[in-house]
Amino acid sequence: MFASKRLSKELLKLQDKLPPGITLVKADNFEEWQMDIRVMDDNPLYKDEVYRLKFSFSQSYPIEAPEVTFLRTPTTPIPWHPHVYSNGIICLDLLDRQGWSPVHNVESICVSLQSMLTSNTKKERPPGDENFVRYNTQRPRDISFVFHDNQV
Amino acid sequence: MDSDDEFNSSQVSDDDFMEDSDAVLDEDSDFEMEENDVGFESQDKDIKPTKQAYEVDFTVYNPTQIQSHQEKQIDEVSSILGQPPESTAILLRHARWNKERLIDQYMEKTEETLESAGLGQDAVAHPPKIEKIKGFVCDICCDDSPDLDTFAMKCGHRFCSDCYKQYLFTKIKEEGESARIRCPGDGCNRIVDFKSLDLLVSSDLRDRYQELLTRLYVDDKENLRWCPAPNCVYAVQCGVRDKDLPRTVPTVHCDCGHFFCFGCTLNDHQPAPCSLVKKWMKKCEDDSETANWISANTKECPKCHSTIEKNGGCNHMTCRKCRNEFCWMCMGVWSEHGTSWYNCNRFEEKSGSEARDAQAKSRASLERYLHYYNRYANHEQSAKLDKDIYLKTEKKMTQLQNSTGMSWIEVQYLDAASQALQQCRQTLKWTYAFAYYLARNNLTEIFEDNQKDLEMAVENLSEMFEKPTDQLQGLKVDMMDKTSYCNKRRVILLNDTAENLKSGNWEFNTSLA
Ligand SMILES: [Zn+2]
Ligand SMILES: [Zn+2]
Ligand SMILES: [Zn+2]
Ligand SMILES: [Zn+2]
Ligand SMILES: [Zn+2]
Ligand SMILES: [Zn+2]
Repeated sequence: MFASKRLSKELLKLQDKLPPGITLVKADNFEEWQMDIRVMDDNPLYKDEVYRLKFSFSQSYPIEAPEVTFLRTPTTPIPWHPHVYSNGIICLDLLDRQGWSPVHNVESICVSLQSMLTSNTKKERPPGDENFVRYNTQRPRDISFVFHDNQV
Repeated sequence: MDSDDEFNSSQVSDDDFMEDSDAVLDEDSDFEMEENDVGFESQDKDIKPTKQAYEVDFTVYNPTQIQSHQEKQIDEVSSILGQPPESTAILLRHARWNKERLIDQYMEKTEETLESAGLGQDAVAHPPKIEKIKGFVCDICCDDSPDLDTFAMKCGHRFCSDCYKQYLFTKIKEEGESARIRCPGDGCNRIVDFKSLDLLVSSDLRDRYQELLTRLYVDDKENLRWCPAPNCVYAVQCGVRDKDLPRTVPTVHCDCGHFFCFGCTLNDHQPAPCSLVKKWMKKCEDDSETANWISANTKECPKCHSTIEKNGGCNHMTCRKCRNEFCWMCMGVWSEHGTSWYNCNRFEEKSGSEARDAQAKSRASLERYLHYYNRYANHEQSAKLDKDIYLKTEKKMTQLQNSTGMSWIEVQYLDAASQALQQCRQTLKWTYAFAYYLARNNLTEIFEDNQKDLEMAVENLSEMFEKPTDQLQGLKVDMMDKTSYCNKRRVILLNDTAENLKSGNWEFNTSLA
């Protein structure tokens, strides 16, 4: 109830107008949405690529942060980034319990992720990516990431 | 600070306190609490004096006492800082209850200190209130109805009251946050103060909030720990610090009956220091497969090879078939146990020549580990079996009581015996972890003798529980003697290990860090 009221308002706005490089792919219900993002400058790491984001909302969204991950599909790879694991899990303080504010929304998250990619120059995965991807069984929101550098 | 009587009243109930008050306050001074990080300093002089070398001073507090002590500190600091109690509470919690540091900081940089705790500007003149604002749109639910109730703290991040309430509900109920809930505004560090909370949350949520604040208070205080027993609401205060742990094993006794280590909150593990316990448990976990066969409940009689099942705690076994008496732990002849030359508890190191190559060495080290693990695990298991058999006995005794009209008090000795067995086995268990890490020196032998004596005392008492119930009443005096002997041996062992640990006389084959 709480989430659907807010999400229906967000949806109206998303269908109306979106910032450049962000498109709505799927929003059939109030549990899961998909969005596509592109990096707008010619950063060679992300040139000509489109990335798909999966948003999962709980009943208490936006009090609780949504779970946001990159989704691999035949047309959308997982972008290189020292805070993005190769299974699509993102380590971003904005999406963490401590960093999240209910003022954020789907659009502002897309914009933040877009700019996170734009400013990156490293073709890297987070340290320990291989083990994390193999052994992690936790849901992204239950993982406590250490935000060692917030500049990236 | 005034002495507060209600805090002294519930000290660990102890009649010996008066008799002993002039004794022992000597060498324990290095555990005296430092004035600056103690919440309960007025208690120091009243804490019961240490009686044995292995005992530490501690006090048990109930939730009301913790609560009222928090309030006392808030009041005191409030009058020093000239801040209202609500703000002072936030400042103290923000400073993790280090009041000296808070006062220094506040005196030096008042505005900065207030700001960092989320209290910038004065909150006194303008108490928080719920308002309707023209043209307001809530950034959380996007509602823009004209008569929407809204709320904002000093920072001005305004949301509708429903969203604010929902936000606080989630933080308190689901995330267990209390003193450090921030304003829902993006990047805002302002802490939601108690007055604002009062305005927005229901009374049962407020109770939960208070509970969480008290939790946090105890968590923030280095000299306080919650009793880890399930559903226990008491906290224990003890002056032992992390840095003291290589020299002392601070077992405390909660009013709920639970004995636990103040250093690591695990069950009582005297005489082994916390760091050895941690290492030992890690090792046991890593080697659990190797050691698995040990926990088996059946073995073969070493003489006639018939299968023998262990159904009591006692390790003195008698084969039903051939009447051979042997020791469950070492499978050796029982009659030789307790004599000066027989050592069930000591691991005989093979001489160097026998363990020359790597394989032989690793076999020898495994054998050594298994020797200690075997005995460690066995006492753990025996304690369980002792308990089982005691419960059965107790049931039979109750029946006997009903039929003979014996009073309840007359069977108390069984209870005392059972408790002594549990406690002594717990100690024995950890003596083997302790011994595993002990490097031989001239003190080791005394330790092993103490261990052997306690072990024999325990097995002799444990054995009595296997007697038929109708004989038990006749064994009452004997059983009481054996019980007090067990307790005495335990005290001797623990005093010896504690004294030598304190003076750094033990040599370990690993670091205590
Ligand atoms: Zn709202
Ligand atoms: Zn704010
Ligand atoms: Zn307790
Ligand atoms: Zn411990
Ligand atoms: Zn036999
Ligand atoms: Zn033996």
